[in-house]
Amino acid sequence: MEDTFEIDILELSALVKMVREKYHFDLKEYALSSLSRRIKRILEMFNLSSIKLLANKIENDPVLFEKFLNEITVNTTEMFRDPLVWKHLRENVFPELAKLPEIRIWHSACSTGEEVYSMAIALREAGLDKKATLFASDINNDVIANAKAGKFPLRTMDHSLANYQKSGGTKKFADYYTAKGIDAYFDLSLIQNVTFKKFDLILGRQMEQFDLILCRNVLIYFNLPLQDQIIEKFAHCQNENAFLMTGARETIIWCKSADYYDVFSQDFKIFQRNQKQ
Amino acid sequence: MSKYKALVIGGSAGSFPLVIQILASLPANFPMPIFLCLHRLKHIRSGYLEALSIKSKITIVEPQDKQTIKPGIAYLAPSNYHMLIELGNTISLSTDEMVKYSRPSIDLTFETAGYVYKDKMVGIMLSGANTDGAEGMRKSIERGAYAVAQNPEEATIRTMPDAAINAAKMDQILPIDAICKFINELAK
Repeated sequence: MEDTFEIDILELSALVKMVREKYHFDLKEYALSSLSRRIKRILEMFNLSSIKLLANKIENDPVLFEKFLNEITVNTTEMFRDPLVWKHLRENVFPELAKLPEIRIWHSACSTGEEVYSMAIALREAGLDKKATLFASDINNDVIANAKAGKFPLRTMDHSLANYQKSGGTKKFADYYTAKGIDAYFDLSLIQNVTFKKFDLILGRQMEQFDLILCRNVLIYFNLPLQDQIIEKFAHCQNENAFLMTGARETIIWCKSADYYDVFSQDFKIFQRNQKQ
Repeated sequence: MSKYKALVIGGSAGSFPLVIQILASLPANFPMPIFLCLHRLKHIRSGYLEALSIKSKITIVEPQDKQTIKPGIAYLAPSNYHMLIELGNTISLSTDEMVKYSRPSIDLTFETAGYVYKDKMVGIMLSGANTDGAEGMRKSIERGAYAVAQNPEEATIRTMPDAAINAAKMDQILPIDAICKFINELAK
């Protein structure tokens, strides 16, 4: 059975407290339903019968904690996810970015890298790759390794191709990768301007300036106060007119820090930094 | 005043006309939120909500993440996202991996709604071609939810109501007309 027990809220709070005190990572701000679900999955994976046992184990085992954290924070994605967003990006945001002498882009939760490769492809096709610098970060080391390798399951390529075409891509998509066994290996020259780095969105220190920040389908895992805090952080590393993209079903309008941004596209959740200091 | 605080409806292949019929039968001031978790073909990402809305007196929305839940609104799980009900009267969305090849997962909507609403929830399982939802229905029943399955004899595709009936004891197994009547009784 997937799970035969209910999440014990008291044990969960104790785990959250221990993780905060010992590892300075705050799970309290995670949306409860997703967190519970992921913890259930971890218990299964580690073959443990209670959250209490899990807490005891990770309290004294930093390596296991790292594994735990990777499982908690893993984020699934796909290439050119929400293709119409990418189409809008190509058609409406890129022309604005093209006016800049150089373009700095931050994938603030790059996960396994699909979004970064999508961006690299779109930039190359727009002739903007030469002046673009990409920064890709995630809290999860495992996914960063995957992103750097540029290896994605071949079976997902049909869907990627469909997304690519809907996004306005007109080249031969298969030219961007080499199929070997069950995987597609992407052309690593795509990411020659990309710096990958482990980075904690919540605790991480102030970043430099970015002309475009992507933070898609990440805020959904956090509660509102934390969402607010993250948007505020973004606002402080963006100059006027810089862009922020959230996921298609995410919104920052409930955040106080939304005041730092004007809506560039309501439909595609693209925001533009205003003058507010 | 109804004792119930939430209506959760799951369905897949064959459920679309049923949901239209249910929504058309309900008054605009339906006293609780309705959560609709329906599978749709992956390429049909727009137009679905509009089609459901044509005959409905109730406003149907595809919620944004962390949207506040209000009575008398129907929340349709957005394509390619799980729709989870949170404590504190909000909806959260997730792009987590598919569950039983499905995103949105009916299991997850039922399970999280059951967790929040306990015996104040009514769950309804309609026609569909896979077993998604049965496990979530079972869990919500364990938390006290009132469970209804469409009569499999009548369902266009009976796999989904059959799976729910096999997974847990339904309070009622009804044809669609009776389901509409039952839901309208809840409003009183």
